[in-house]
Amino acid sequence: MVSAPVISVRDLGLTFPAKKGAEPIVVLRSISLEIAAGEFVCIVGPSGCGKTTLLNIITGFLKQSAGEVLVQGAPVKGPDPRRIFVFQDNGVFPWLTVEQNIEFGIARRPSAERREIVHRYVQLVGLTGFEKAYPRELSGGMRQRVEIARALAPNPEIIYMDEPFGALDFITRLKMRADLTRIWQEEKKTILFVTHDIEESVQLADRVVILSSRPGSVRKQVRIDLPRPRDLDSPEYLDLRDEILHTIGMSLGVGAGEEESAGLSLERPNRTVAQSS
Amino acid sequence: MKKSILLPLAVLLAVYFLWDLAVLLSQSDIFPRPYQVFLAIVELIQHGLLLKYVVASLFRVSVGFTLAVLIGVPLGLLLGWFRSAFLAFNPLIQLLRPISPIAWIPLAILWFKVDDRAPIFLIFLSSLFPITVTAIAAVQNIQPVYVRAAQNFGVSRIDLFRRVIFPACLPQIITSLRISLGIAWLVVVAAEMIAVDSGLGYLIIDARNAGKRYDLVVAGMLIIGLIGLILDLLVRSLERFEEVKWGYSQTR
Ligand SMILES: Nc1ncnc2c1ncn2[C@@H]1O[C@H](COP(=O)(O)OP(=O)(O)O)[C@@H](O)[C@H]1O
Ligand SMILES: [Mg+2]
Repeated sequence: MVSAPVISVRDLGLTFPAKKGAEPIVVLRSISLEIAAGEFVCIVGPSGCGKTTLLNIITGFLKQSAGEVLVQGAPVKGPDPRRIFVFQDNGVFPWLTVEQNIEFGIARRPSAERREIVHRYVQLVGLTGFEKAYPRELSGGMRQRVEIARALAPNPEIIYMDEPFGALDFITRLKMRADLTRIWQEEKKTILFVTHDIEESVQLADRVVILSSRPGSVRKQVRIDLPRPRDLDSPEYLDLRDEILHTIGMSLGVGAGEEESAGLSLERPNRTVAQSS
Repeated sequence: MKKSILLPLAVLLAVYFLWDLAVLLSQSDIFPRPYQVFLAIVELIQHGLLLKYVVASLFRVSVGFTLAVLIGVPLGLLLGWFRSAFLAFNPLIQLLRPISPIAWIPLAILWFKVDDRAPIFLIFLSSLFPITVTAIAAVQNIQPVYVRAAQNFGVSRIDLFRRVIFPACLPQIITSLRISLGIAWLVVVAAEMIAVDSGLGYLIIDARNAGKRYDLVVAGMLIIGLIGLILDLLVRSLERFEEVKWGYSQTR
């Protein structure tokens, strides 16, 4: 890495204290990770391996039990508007319209500036015409777009995303990935993106960090040096995907049942659709 | 005409004729026939009593209910948010809550004598508990993702309350307003029968005691029902605001 890392996680551990009559739960063990400015990093791992927990610690919503997290050169003390979290369950406010949601984090700015920012991000996420709509009038994908626009509006340096497309259908998910890639290229943010979907990580990331199952620790990091938009049919893409699969302990031949027991979803993309970026 | 108008109209007509028939068949000379009730209402209007009593009852309900909203909503939101305040006050609330407002009538008369403050106090009590308890539960059950999404943007505590907690709880609070206004309207009638000498409750008890005027008794009952219905429709219209619609099922 050329520049100093914006996020640096050193020897991080987290243990939930024991409940009555039970062992303490070790969720994360000695995780070390560095993320450079402008980098798009995906964290993959089976469900329950501690991905959300790791993100909660890096964002300051949860306190680690060991190790250190430095973000933008300082230990994290709590949420900070320079870094915004996009949640697994949609956190768009249902009592506000699309544009009021996007404005939420920039309420103190002068109204002309607010209007300009809202206009810009409504366009960027493709919601033009829906400014006055309420979230209940939107589809799941559109709601997730609102949340992304709301996260971008205060111009944060880092965006954390926790399985943001997990609840969406296959086609919408592909479209959202293509759009997120485009937004990332335009906005030059650092993105730390958590997913249990291996295809998703290879389609999106500069680098994939693979966590082991609980207690989560970094098993391997795989650099994805493929040009964007990515050709999901290219041998390079397939090789990288298989490398990650093997690291997690599976090959493409495994049955669906086993995949599920490992808590991983593996899409077999319809290749003509998958190239839609 | 639409079914939703036609069917209830048919039921009301049937009730009208059955009532009339029942009185005729029983040859009662004390229970009024429907037309006598309408004459009684006309009589009340002519004497200026209808307006006077309706205003008296509505005044007591509005003052008592407004006080309950102004105190109950903030109190509930705070108790829902601050855990130790909740732990401290919840047992007291749970102890006072099951006491019927009617049971407070003797104390109300002792403290306030026979004037407006007694029924206002009773209505205040009857509305305060449902509103407070609902607001507490609404805050405690708020989706954590809303709070955290807001904290993301570095909002102050006050802003968190104003811009997230309050709007997130508003649909449930409005429902509790509707329920407690219904209770308040029940309570004012009971309170007026005992603690004052005006209002629709007083009309009913006075009509019976003074001259066994059951036509006036039933007239009073009908007016109470009608106004209760209107009050409910008014509060219900709050549920149609865009800011709270999300909190109710989509089919309404
Ligand atoms: N507050 C908590 N107390 C105890 N265990 C918890 C708590 N939160 C999460 N866990 C456990 O930590 C593990 C990791 O959870 P999580 O980070 O949500 O996983 P992931 O996001 O990778 O699916 C899970 O096994 C979960 O049961
Ligand atoms: Mg998770």
